[in-house]
Amino acid sequence: MFRYTKRTLILEIVTILAALVLLAPFWILIAGAFKTGNQVLTTSSFAPPTHPTLSNFTTLLSPSGSQSGNIWQGLLSSVLITAGSIIALVALGSAAAYVLARSTRAWSTRAYYIFLGAIVLPTQLGTLPLYIGARHLGLVGNFWGMIVVYTGFLLPLAVFLYAGFYRNLPRDYEEAASIDGASRFKVFARVVFPLMSPATGSVAILAGLIVWNDFFTALIFLNGSRWQTLPVVMYNFVGSLVSQWNLIFAVVIISMVPILVFYVFTQKKFIQAYAGGLKG
Amino acid sequence: MTRSPATPTLAQGENARPGRAARSGLVGYGYWWWTVPALVLTGTVIYLATASGAFYAFTNWTGIGPYNFVGVSNFVKVFQTPQLLGALVNTVLLAVGFVVFTNLIGLGFALALNRTLKTRYLLRTLIFLPVVLSPVAVSFIWKFIFAYNGPLNQILGDVGLGSLRHNWLAVPKLALGCVLVVMVWQSIGFVSVVYLAGLATVPAELEEAAAIDGAGMWRRFRRITLPLIQPSLAIATTLTLIQGLRVFDQVMALTGGGPDNATQTLATEIYQQTFTYQEFGLGAAMALLLTVFILVFTVAQLALTRDRT
Repeated sequence: MFRYTKRTLILEIVTILAALVLLAPFWILIAGAFKTGNQVLTTSSFAPPTHPTLSNFTTLLSPSGSQSGNIWQGLLSSVLITAGSIIALVALGSAAAYVLARSTRAWSTRAYYIFLGAIVLPTQLGTLPLYIGARHLGLVGNFWGMIVVYTGFLLPLAVFLYAGFYRNLPRDYEEAASIDGASRFKVFARVVFPLMSPATGSVAILAGLIVWNDFFTALIFLNGSRWQTLPVVMYNFVGSLVSQWNLIFAVVIISMVPILVFYVFTQKKFIQAYAGGLKG
Repeated sequence: MTRSPATPTLAQGENARPGRAARSGLVGYGYWWWTVPALVLTGTVIYLATASGAFYAFTNWTGIGPYNFVGVSNFVKVFQTPQLLGALVNTVLLAVGFVVFTNLIGLGFALALNRTLKTRYLLRTLIFLPVVLSPVAVSFIWKFIFAYNGPLNQILGDVGLGSLRHNWLAVPKLALGCVLVVMVWQSIGFVSVVYLAGLATVPAELEEAAAIDGAGMWRRFRRITLPLIQPSLAIATTLTLIQGLRVFDQVMALTGGGPDNATQTLATEIYQQTFTYQEFGLGAAMALLLTVFILVFTVAQLALTRDRT
């Protein structure tokens, strides 16, 4: 019954049109980023640039540009903070979830519920005292402080994801390894952890995306400091560019490129991580 | 709540008892203390911080120096100041609109892209694209679309509806709708992926059998598909509700809360009261309200969507 009929063809065309409408803002963005400031105002937003120019990008990124320092620094800051948070989440989350998933004792169930409860609790309320605490410790505007905060916020999610994967892993591998004389640490690091790469992938993708795109926490902790992440840099930068849409488009594209490249290479895994990971 | 980091101590006591090896056979699965760093971090960054945030909600602290307990006067102030009450109303309006529209449109795409379409895999990838991008970046594209010289007014002029042209983000009543459009637009792809995961579990034979028995499209959807994707429905509506109540980025990037505070939300007010006006106690009170909102709505939502199965 699910053959390709005329009605299916109509549905296909309608769906493609709906998707095109949905994606139209990207076309406007790309077309605008390669126009000069004057062309953006005088030509149709949907018209492709007649003389595509890279001048917006060179203005933003060349060392002589007034903002290029901020943008490059923002890029570096975003990469370091995201990478640092992912590493910490994978290290702490995989080890904690392993013990919790394998232990049959009452404390481990209770500890697991502590993590589950923390997933439901929104972070806004905690962010304010954290800011005061971090100010005391000199961790405001510091990228180590940011990594600690993000790791704390996302650990419950990481533990939850890892625990789900561990429960589906048969214990045979660990038994074999430990009969062969491997220590508990070796069993975990050499046998279990490598088998968990799908879980590690999901944690890295979900947490990485959340950290990379986060604005609220980054604005509070990093605004005005040299470790501002890209969303904060972009926010401040656009605020200073009243209606210079060509430059705004270019900075928006610059901020999107790293995540888009990542998405293109891992898109199947990406969508799986979202569909599977957020069930809970 | 501040006691949560103490759990490992409890663990130590229980685990130190003999018989552990007997319980789990000959194999040891890590050590209990591997959970300590994660528990301590979660305990401080989430539980301790949230608890002390809730504490400050009942004070008049400015963020520095001494403070006094002021009871519930911060909360009274929220409900008596039109601007703050407006932010609360806006947040609920945006959240409800966000849940309704993302789920309707997302489910529509999911149903269309579930089977038979030749371009379904490509289209799934494409409509998911906005989900991975930063809401701030995305909002700046839409700020241009809504600008007076922007594409939206240009289209309206082209199709002869020039009289409907507006400076969209500058009209208080329209600006909130614009924020909603951007929120919905960015999350359609995410919601349809959740529904597609649910639809994949609906056996085609079941629908075929119903079709042979003469059930029309709507009946098949209502009687077979919808009950079977109930878990996806619960997940998608709950997650979008939480996301909607927390809306911050899009408002900051599109309107900054204006015009005339027409698009302020709880999250933007929390930020501004706390960090612009140094009203730390008031900001914490609004954050506590947001937290309670999210918890209550989430529990109610889960109860509602689960019961119907």
